Amino acid sequence: MTAAGPVPAGAAVELRRFGWHYPGRQDASLSEVTTTVAPGERVLLLGPSGAGKSTLLQALAGVEQDPDGQSGSGEVLVDGADPRDARGAVGFMHQDPETQVVLSRVGDDVAFGLENLAVPREQIWPRVRDALERVGLDLPLEHPTTALSGGQKQRLALAGVLAMRPRLLLLDEPTASVDGQGAQELCGAVARAVRDEGITLVVVEHRVALWESVVDRVVVLDEHGRVAFDGPTHETLHEARALLQEQGTWVPGWVPETRPPAHRSDSRAPATGTGTGPASRAPSVEAPATVPVTATATATATAAATPAASDGAVLLSARDLAVSRVQPTRRAVARRRRRARAAWRRGQEAPEPAAVPDVPVAAENISLDVRAGRALAVTGVNGAGKSTLALTLAGLLVPVRGTVRASARLAGDAPRDPSLWDGGELVARVGTVFQHPEHQFLRPTVRQELEFGPEQLRRRAGVAHRTDPPATEDDAARVAELLHRLRLADLADANPFTLSGGQKRRLSVATVLAAAPDVLILDEPTFGQDARTWQELVDLLVTELDRGTAVVAVTHDRDLIDALAAEELELGA
Amino acid sequence: MSTVTAPSMFAPRTGFLARANPVVKLLGALLITLVIVVSADPVTNAVALAGQLVLLAGVGLGPWRLLTTLWPVVLAAVISGWGTAMLSTAGGPVLLHVGWVSITTGSLAAGAAIALRGLAIALPGITVLLTTDPTDLADGLAQTLRLPARFVLAALAALRLVEVMVTEWGVLAAARRARGAGGGRGPWNALREFGGQAFTLLVQSLRRATRLAMTMEARGFGAGPRTWARTLHYGRVDVLVGAAVVLTAVGALAVSMSLGTHRFIWQ
Repeated sequence: MTAAGPVPAGAAVELRRFGWHYPGRQDASLSEVTTTVAPGERVLLLGPSGAGKSTLLQALAGVEQDPDGQSGSGEVLVDGADPRDARGAVGFMHQDPETQVVLSRVGDDVAFGLENLAVPREQIWPRVRDALERVGLDLPLEHPTTALSGGQKQRLALAGVLAMRPRLLLLDEPTASVDGQGAQELCGAVARAVRDEGITLVVVEHRVALWESVVDRVVVLDEHGRVAFDGPTHETLHEARALLQEQGTWVPGWVPETRPPAHRSDSRAPATGTGTGPASRAPSVEAPATVPVTATATATATAAATPAASDGAVLLSARDLAVSRVQPTRRAVARRRRRARAAWRRGQEAPEPAAVPDVPVAAENISLDVRAGRALAVTGVNGAGKSTLALTLAGLLVPVRGTVRASARLAGDAPRDPSLWDGGELVARVGTVFQHPEHQFLRPTVRQELEFGPEQLRRRAGVAHRTDPPATEDDAARVAELLHRLRLADLADANPFTLSGGQKRRLSVATVLAAAPDVLILDEPTFGQDARTWQELVDLLVTELDRGTAVVAVTHDRDLIDALAAEELELGA
Repeated sequence: MSTVTAPSMFAPRTGFLARANPVVKLLGALLITLVIVVSADPVTNAVALAGQLVLLAGVGLGPWRLLTTLWPVVLAAVISGWGTAMLSTAGGPVLLHVGWVSITTGSLAAGAAIALRGLAIALPGITVLLTTDPTDLADGLAQTLRLPARFVLAALAALRLVEVMVTEWGVLAAARRARGAGGGRGPWNALREFGGQAFTLLVQSLRRATRLAMTMEARGFGAGPRTWARTLHYGRVDVLVGAAVVLTAVGALAVSMSLGTHRFIWQ
C-alpha cells in the first residue's frame, strides 16, 4: 500500500512500576503497572472509568500533564527511550473530534504532523494523499474541515497520525463520539493500518465487540488501577467477564438487564387479551388517526398498575413538518412570538408565519404523535435532521413548514404551539436533555441545579396569581428523591462541572425531570456511556414512562430502543 | 433561541484581493496606516481614504457593501468625531449653542478630521482580514516574514476554535432556554443570563484548548526545525496591489503637501 519508504516495524513498550496519583485525590489512578508490549502486538486496555487508562495512554504518548512532577512514578519506555524524545514514533488520538482537527483544510491538517517532523515538502503531499486513502476519506485536499461529521473528523485525525508513520498507535476511546457506522469505518481503517505495517496498537475503549477481532491481547485494570487480568483476547474476555460487567464495560453479547415499561409488560402477556399486541405498538407515524382506539384498549389494561397518565393519549403532534437549523433572526422570532401570543389571548388562531422557501431543510414531511407513557425513538443516519427535529418538537426551533401542536391537556393555560412558550411554560411541559450535559448546567452545586426547574415554576405561578409562591415541600421531596434515585446524594454539594462523564449525564436528565415535564426529549442520551450508566438511564426513563411521561429519544442505540419498547421513526429512510 | 449561522471566517474567499499574497496585503495595509497615523491633517486622511475606497470598489468591494459589513466601524468613527466636535476648543463662527456646549466651524472640522482618520486607519486592516484566508496569512507570516512558527501556528489553531465557539454559543442559548433560564425581564436579568452563558462557554473553551494543545503536541508540534507543505506564490496580482497601495500612500502625502496643508502629528 505504501509505495515509498521502508515499512516501519512496531515499537516495543515497557512499563516499570508505573503509577499515577493526582494531587488532592484520595486514591491513585494507576499503581505499579509493570508490563511489556511486544512490537506489533495489539492490546485492548479495559477498566472502570477513572482508572487512569487515559493517563496511561498520555504517558505513553509523552503528552501527560504533570507540571510539578508529583503525579507520576515509575518508568515508561517506548523502544527503550522516553516517549517525549520519540517524536513521530508515537501516534495518539483522543475521543473529541472537535479538537483533533488543527487546521481548516483537510490536506493541511494531515500535512501538519509531517511539517512538524520536518519532512521535505516534495514528500509531504504524496504521503498526505496516501494517508487519506488509507482511512477511506475521499475528499479534495481543500475541503473545509468544519464541514466534516464527527466520524469523518476522527478518520481525518487518524490520517494525520498515520501519515507520520508511527510505530506505536495509541487510541483513547476513538469511537466514543461517533455513531455506529462511523465507529465501524474508523475501526476498519485502524485494523488495516496496524496489520499492514505491523504497528503496535494500544486502544482504550469500552465497546469491546468493536475491537475484539482487531486486538490479540486484553489488559483489564481494577478500580485501584492495578492490572487484574492480562492475556489473549478470547480467554481474557471470558475470564474477566464478571469483573468487566461490574465495571460497566460493554462485553460482547450482553445488555444490562432493565425493567420493561409497564405498557410493554402488559402487551407482552397475551392473557390480557384486549387487542394490544402489535397493533398498539404500530408506528403512529403512517396512520396517526387510527391509533387512539387501540391506545384506549391499552389504557384499560394498565390503568390498575399506574394511575391516569400512562394511557397513551397524544400530548404533542407534528403535521407535515419541515425543520431547519437555519432560523429567522432572534428579533424576528421574538416579534412573531409576541404577535402570536397576542392573537392567542384574543382567542384568535395564530397567524401562520410566511413560509421561507430557500432555507436549507434538515428533514421534511414529518408527521408524528408523542404519547403519554410511550417512547418514540428518532433514528436515521448522521445529518438526517434528527436533533433538529427534536429541538423543533421541544419548541426550541421554529419549523420551516408544517405545525407542532400540544394537546389541550399538555398546553393547559398556554398556547398550543410550543415555540410560543416562554422558559417557565416550557420546563413544566417539555424537558429537553441536550447531547452535552455541560451545556445545560446553570448553578454551582448539584442540589441547586436540581432546584432550579421547580424554582422557575414557582416564580411563574407567583407572577400569574400575584401571590407568594406556594410551599416548597413537594419540590424538596422531589429533589431529594431524584438525588437518591440517581446516586448523586453524596455529591449534592459538588460543582456539576467536576462530576464524571456518567454522573454529568445522570444529572442532566435529573435537572430536567425536577420540573416534572409531561414530555421528555433526549438527544443521544446513551452516547459514549458505559453499561452501568446506560442501565441507570434506562431504569430512570422506564420509571418516567410508567408515570405517564412521554419520552422522545434521538438515538442510534438499538438496545435503548428495545429497552424502552419505543416506536421508531426513521428519518431520511 | 435562534441557531446563529455566522458567516464562516474560513469560508473560501473570492475576488481579486483574495488572490493577492497575504504578505503583500499586510505590508500594504501597514504602509497606508503608517502614512495616516503620522499625518494629522484632514486632506491627507481624506485622500488616503478616498484612494482606498476607489481601490476597493475596483476589486468588487463597493461602498455600499463596505457600509453594510463595516457599519460598526463607521458608527464608531462618527461617534468619536462627534465627541471631538463637542469638546474641541477650536474657534470660528458658532453653529450651534446648547448649554455650555458650543459647536463652531473649527470644532466641526476637528471632529470631521478625527472621524475620517479613524475610518482611514481601520479600513486597511479590516480589508486584509476580510480578503485573506487565515492559513495563507499564517504561512506568509512564518515563511516570508520569518515570525516564530510556534506562535503563528498556535494563533491559527486558536482562531479555528473561535468558529467552534460561535456555533456553541447558539447551542448554549437553546440548551439554557430548555432549562427555563433567561426568562427574567430587565437589563439586570439579561446581564446575569449573559454572564452565566459566557462562563459556560469559557469553561468549555479552556478544556478544548487543553485538548487541542495535546493533539498538536502529539503530532510533533513544538521545538525543532519544521518544513512547510504549502508554497507561497508571488505574481502579477501582487505587483498590481503593491503598486496601487504605494500610489495611494504617496499620492495622499503628495496632494496635501502640494496644497500646503500637510502636518505631521508632532508638528
